Amino acid sequence: MYGPMFVIFVLSFQGPEGGLTFPMRGASLHWFRQLAEGLGTVDIGAAFLRSLMLGGVVMLFTVLLSVLAGLAFRKKLSGGNALFYVTVASLIMPSIIVSLGIGLQFRLLDGGLKWLLEAVGATTTLEEYGTALGLFTSALGAHLTWTLPFGLLIMFAVFNRFNPAYEEAARDLGATPWQTFRHVVLPLIGPSVVGIGMFGFTLSWDEIARTSQAIGDVNTLPLELQGLTSTVTTPAIYALGTVTTVVSFAVIGVTVGLAMLLGRQKKGRVG
Amino acid sequence: MSSTSTATAGPVADSPNRTLHAWWQAAPFTLVFVLFFLIPLALIVMVSFWDFNEYELLPAFTLRNYFAIFEGCSTLTEHGDFCVSLSTYLSTLKFSLLVWLITLVLGFAVAYFLAFHVRSSGMQTALFILCTVPFWTSNVIRMISWVPLLGRNGLVNQSLQGIGLIDQPIEWLLFSDFSVVLAFVHLYTMFMIVPIFNSMMRIDRSLLEAANDAGASGWQTLWNVIVPLCKTGIIIGSIFVITIVMGDFVTIGVMGGQQIASVGKIIQVQTSYLQFPLAAANAVILLAVVLMIIWGLTRLVDIRKEL
Repeated sequence: MYGPMFVIFVLSFQGPEGGLTFPMRGASLHWFRQLAEGLGTVDIGAAFLRSLMLGGVVMLFTVLLSVLAGLAFRKKLSGGNALFYVTVASLIMPSIIVSLGIGLQFRLLDGGLKWLLEAVGATTTLEEYGTALGLFTSALGAHLTWTLPFGLLIMFAVFNRFNPAYEEAARDLGATPWQTFRHVVLPLIGPSVVGIGMFGFTLSWDEIARTSQAIGDVNTLPLELQGLTSTVTTPAIYALGTVTTVVSFAVIGVTVGLAMLLGRQKKGRVG
Repeated sequence: MSSTSTATAGPVADSPNRTLHAWWQAAPFTLVFVLFFLIPLALIVMVSFWDFNEYELLPAFTLRNYFAIFEGCSTLTEHGDFCVSLSTYLSTLKFSLLVWLITLVLGFAVAYFLAFHVRSSGMQTALFILCTVPFWTSNVIRMISWVPLLGRNGLVNQSLQGIGLIDQPIEWLLFSDFSVVLAFVHLYTMFMIVPIFNSMMRIDRSLLEAANDAGASGWQTLWNVIVPLCKTGIIIGSIFVITIVMGDFVTIGVMGGQQIASVGKIIQVQTSYLQFPLAAANAVILLAVVLMIIWGLTRLVDIRKEL
């Protein structure tokens, strides 16, 4: 599993005359420079930023919503079963179908909005109006249908091992629900919450299929990368691969570190 | 959070107030799935019956899209092949089945090794993490990383020629069924290993000793004790792998050199030509096929009970 990946890293440092395969012709950062300057019409830097921003927002929402839902599922939640099945269905639904559905939804929304604008006679707004498809509308939604099931399943695993005695103790001592959550529950589940954040970001960072029909006019980095595989035939594409991999690993490294830190704090407090 | 339900928390656990409270917490989560999952799915079904022209969608009720997909499928073509749609669906099914079989055997073997042959739990964790690390690299990158290996002048061909096994480069290594299946297996064996490993770790070791004491051979233990007890993991892994492969268009596109068709690819191409009703009809059919497979698999095990 590591072999092919390693080849990519090595080949991304090809000299300027090098091709897509071995043998290496010198070692340089040439292709990384090429990448920074942009590949033809494709603006890699902007796609990079977009992916980063989207990943961050997805991470935030995934953590917030999964923790809330996780808490809700611990109580008596009528209809919780149905919600659970929908969540699992979303996880195993072929991504292209979800993506197509969201794309359709927003296109129909566009149609409706344009009709509405025309009906009220707001012609200037109509002319400026492009589409409701976008990074933080349709694409965000598409990504959340992919990240939230993972978040919820992790929360299930966490609360299965969670001892409610701590909360009862806090309540007996007169803590409000918020105090109980803030000072007892959150520190205990902290490392897992960080884990959910990491899942959220990395799943969003690499996502292609769900984004493909739901993003509108712009592209995220993985989509650019996919497009480049059929057009670009220089090691610059390997350099791009190396860069995205480095970002993935950096995010994982930081979060694992954070989780360990939180875990240690917890141990210090309890023991 | 309201303070009304706090004072006497214990006895009122089931009061309507608390249920309402729980729903406020689950509401945002639910809203996301209603807005971005249930409504889109309903729209796909609706639009699949719509009509369209080059410029816009026309609300209507027509079966034209479904007929268009399977046009001419009642007879074989003059070359003795199936029509385009049917052969695409068949080839997608073929890939699913192949990849499922290979990942199942590989995943089971790896999970078995991790669960039963690695003695120390530290080593177990370390090896497990080693298996998951490549999972954190983008799929496309892991796919294209095969190109320098399998290409016409790639490492494999160069080595084989170097040691004199072949004279001509092997052409079917890249952009072929072989490379597609290889990439799938590389990408998704993880989805088999994790759930199977998870089930295996729950097996009570004394059962294995009991089987041993009762005189069962290694194979008998494997087949009669371990496999039935891992059924949940196997089914969950299978569902993941099959649904992913059925809907995939990226892997098949990249590793097939944009030459091999799949249902996902058809849907993608149709949407790029704004033929949304056609794409929707294809999506509905694909969904039906996938649901049938999942339904068949879940007949074998109750997933909710096992979580």
